[in-house]
Amino acid sequence: MARYIGKRLIYMVITLALIATFTFFLMKILPGSPIASASKLSPEQRAVVEARYGLNEPLPVQYFDYMFGLLKGDLGISINQFKGANVTDLILSRMGPSAQIGFQGMILGTIIGVLLGMVAALRQNTWIDYSSTLIAIIGISIPSFVFATLLQYWLGVKLEWFPVALWKDGFMSSVLPSIALAMFPLATAARFIRTEMIEVLSSDYITLAKAKGSSGFEVAFKHAFRNALIPLVTVLGPMAVGILTGSLVVEQVFAIPGIGEQFVKSIMVNDFSIIMGTTIFFSVFLIVVILIVDILYGIIDPRIRLSGGKN
Amino acid sequence: MTQNLEKLPKGSFERITVDANQAERISKPSMSFWQDAWLRLRKNKGAIFSIILFTLIVIMSFVGPMISPYEPNAQTITHANLPPKIPVIENLGILDGHGNLGGKDVDIYDMKNVEVNYWFGTDGLGRDMFSRLWKGTQVSLFIAFVAAAIDMLIGVIYGGVSGYFGGRIDDFMQRIVEILTGIPNLVVVILFILIMDPGIVAIIIALTITGWTGMSRVVRGQVLKYKSQEFVLASRTLGASDSRIIWKHLMPNVLGIVIINTMFTIPSAIFFEAFLSFIGLGLQAPDASLGTLINDGYKLLQFQPHILAFPAILLSLIMISFNLIGDGLRDALDPKMKD
Amino acid sequence: MKKILQVKDLELSFNTFNGEVKAIRGVNFDLYKGETLAIVGESGSGKSVTTKSIMRLLPEQSAVFKNGEILFDGRDLTKLSDKEMQKIRGKDISMIFQDPMTSLNPTMPIGRQITEPILKHQKISKSEAKKVAIDLLRLVGMPKPELRMKQYPHQFSGGQRQRIVIAISLACNPQILIADEPTTALDVTIQAQILELMKDLQKKIDTSIIFITHDLGVVANVADRVAVMYGGKIVEIGTVDEIFYNPQHPYTWGLLSSMPSLDTAESKLYAIPGTPPDLLAPPKGDAFALRSEYALQIDMEQNPPFFKVSDTHQAATWLLHPDAPRVEPPLSVIERMKKFPGSRYYEGGAV
Repeated sequence: MARYIGKRLIYMVITLALIATFTFFLMKILPGSPIASASKLSPEQRAVVEARYGLNEPLPVQYFDYMFGLLKGDLGISINQFKGANVTDLILSRMGPSAQIGFQGMILGTIIGVLLGMVAALRQNTWIDYSSTLIAIIGISIPSFVFATLLQYWLGVKLEWFPVALWKDGFMSSVLPSIALAMFPLATAARFIRTEMIEVLSSDYITLAKAKGSSGFEVAFKHAFRNALIPLVTVLGPMAVGILTGSLVVEQVFAIPGIGEQFVKSIMVNDFSIIMGTTIFFSVFLIVVILIVDILYGIIDPRIRLSGGKN
Repeated sequence: MTQNLEKLPKGSFERITVDANQAERISKPSMSFWQDAWLRLRKNKGAIFSIILFTLIVIMSFVGPMISPYEPNAQTITHANLPPKIPVIENLGILDGHGNLGGKDVDIYDMKNVEVNYWFGTDGLGRDMFSRLWKGTQVSLFIAFVAAAIDMLIGVIYGGVSGYFGGRIDDFMQRIVEILTGIPNLVVVILFILIMDPGIVAIIIALTITGWTGMSRVVRGQVLKYKSQEFVLASRTLGASDSRIIWKHLMPNVLGIVIINTMFTIPSAIFFEAFLSFIGLGLQAPDASLGTLINDGYKLLQFQPHILAFPAILLSLIMISFNLIGDGLRDALDPKMKD
Repeated sequence: MKKILQVKDLELSFNTFNGEVKAIRGVNFDLYKGETLAIVGESGSGKSVTTKSIMRLLPEQSAVFKNGEILFDGRDLTKLSDKEMQKIRGKDISMIFQDPMTSLNPTMPIGRQITEPILKHQKISKSEAKKVAIDLLRLVGMPKPELRMKQYPHQFSGGQRQRIVIAISLACNPQILIADEPTTALDVTIQAQILELMKDLQKKIDTSIIFITHDLGVVANVADRVAVMYGGKIVEIGTVDEIFYNPQHPYTWGLLSSMPSLDTAESKLYAIPGTPPDLLAPPKGDAFALRSEYALQIDMEQNPPFFKVSDTHQAATWLLHPDAPRVEPPLSVIERMKKFPGSRYYEGGAV
């Protein structure tokens, strides 16, 4: 296990270094200057501005400065939008709302999805199964921005149950965006658990559990559920990716002051350092999530846990 | 349990000879894997319905812009912001060209003195939404199909080579894939779009640059599984060449999973295109795709909901039908689910 | 001897997409206290389905009882509610499955899997149940049972896992133990150990065993009586000696002739021609006739009734009808019959 984690950590560092390098040079070859008002400045003024942000240094120097900065957690400074503000601070200051709706959406979606999938598997080929499958298909198919817009329009604008495009009312403001984000994990979990449950329910040890005299309820929860739930961990990674992707648009739709909203705005105004910083931040987040998920899987599944322990 | 031995007709106890071959009669008609899969797919109502629906959408995406009297990008400023109006259906009280103006329900067509009908209404520049919608569908589907085809091509070749030759080649190739898959797809797509001129080509390249890794992994896994199975070993002992083994033995077995996987890449490509357009990285005006149409509509949602409604519904229908087709094919082609 | 279980005219079908599969087409047998009844037959003959239907472990959506009854303790198991059936499963009737690698829950320590039926059916505390479980593990020959209680199935070998499954099945001292090919998935040496263990345990706890197998070698080793199944019916039933040394049904002849033995080592092994019948559309008359070289005209039209050979021995073949022509069984079967007092080829001596 330790060796496995070590190997994974090394890969993680290589991947991140590659992403950082890649992002850095990409930003450098990008058409246009990082200084938005460059065309309006005289050459002298421009040189002054460039010097202030270290843009007059040779490329390798800029690169190494940037990479060393990354090691210290420094993602550079914003040039256009927030003159001279530290990107790390900008991102961290935006984390609260993003984390809140992301976490709420994930939890909500996973719990409802698992329940739907379970019920569908236990009542296979009944109307319960069909409706749960339908919900899952719709959840996977309808893009989060369409769903978010719909929620906003019906529950916010028409019915006025929830605040519209305002991040003021605390939890109430987070309900609709969380629901919008929950659709993807909900659908993923429901489909996954249904398939797993059906497979587990047809396995020999379930027949043996029935042969012991266990009731249908005991069989489903004591024996089948755990075995179907463990592999769900493997799709937590893709689910996190879905939440992150979704947050970019959902935050836009609901005007939530989160990382995604700031990222999209930065793309519009070519604020390269925020784009770079957020890209790297997202990469770190996703890679760490996937690593944790893999390690977690080893811990909960006794088969992997113990065989790993011997190595 | 012994019953009374009633009199049985004479000759009952004649010995007869049964042709042993008769006992080997094959009671079920023999079917190829694909015929069998088709039979199973045909039983799946959702999948069949989706195939029909999707075919209709594809046909409409070509025919739609033609049957509409207006060019997708033609602007008629005096006809701006018209709600949908469809002859015949308007008599039902829906899609009748009425809209809310200053709190009152009025016939906007009358007000603006518009003599013609716009079936799906117009946008703020007076462009016909009907022809724009189908043109946009065409573009979205084109992007998705090309991206999926490229993913499939690269993925199958890469995964196939890696799995078939194994050893050091496989090791090396897999290290590359491992690092590539470590990079979040979202990040790659956004970065690539940023450095390229926005447009169809840029979106396709961005989608395929890491998209193929998923397919390559699946193909590699299948090739690894099948190449060590007895029927391949048997063929090898009989002196079959590499290419014969690949084309005659491995490909037919891998094909099913490749098809299934592609069926799921297409909706994800459609989604990503729409997603990019929505955050402003997609096609540039006046070109339309489902994503840009939704983006335009979203901005006008409060006043002109129809501009969002049609592309959003169509996008959702395409996604749903593709997912159902994919599910149906998976159930039909996956021998594990047989019977 | 006391009859503990009676299966009468049992008919059961599966509803499938292709139609109704008549998996069991009128099965009759009794199980006596303390005996081992082996059910033999090729795959698809209905032996597993018969026992699973006794336990009511078949999927209820598709498996339908068409006729007959299964009498246990004066009650018809086919008519019990799910609740009542749960009280019988694991307590009065328990079961061992074919593949020990898959019949244990991979994410539950084996101790809990053994105590589960004990806690379910008996009113005792957890710690007492644990003691019972440890005793059971010792009984089935598991070394250091205390230490192994907390371990997971994958930490045991196949043979050990089958011992654990046996321990689970014996947890509540069942009156009937159904063993569905319990040794098929095991290595030959381990097979012998498990068979010995089962024989040993039966003596200790005096349970009746229904032993399903397609391996006649195993049958000879463990069974008191044998039922031969073909095409969803029992075609011959008798004591182990009667079936092995005085078989009457051509299918039994075929089975015995296809069993390799040292005597037949130099001659060609017999193979029954053809394939088992398609139970979607079972043939009229004797299902085996199409594959039999002893077929009679009437086999094509009428299903043979059971003919009594002795008090304990019956066979369903028209060859036993008084009007039927006398046929010569295969040579290897005649060799066997020569050793059986009461058979028409008896040459003296004893089995």
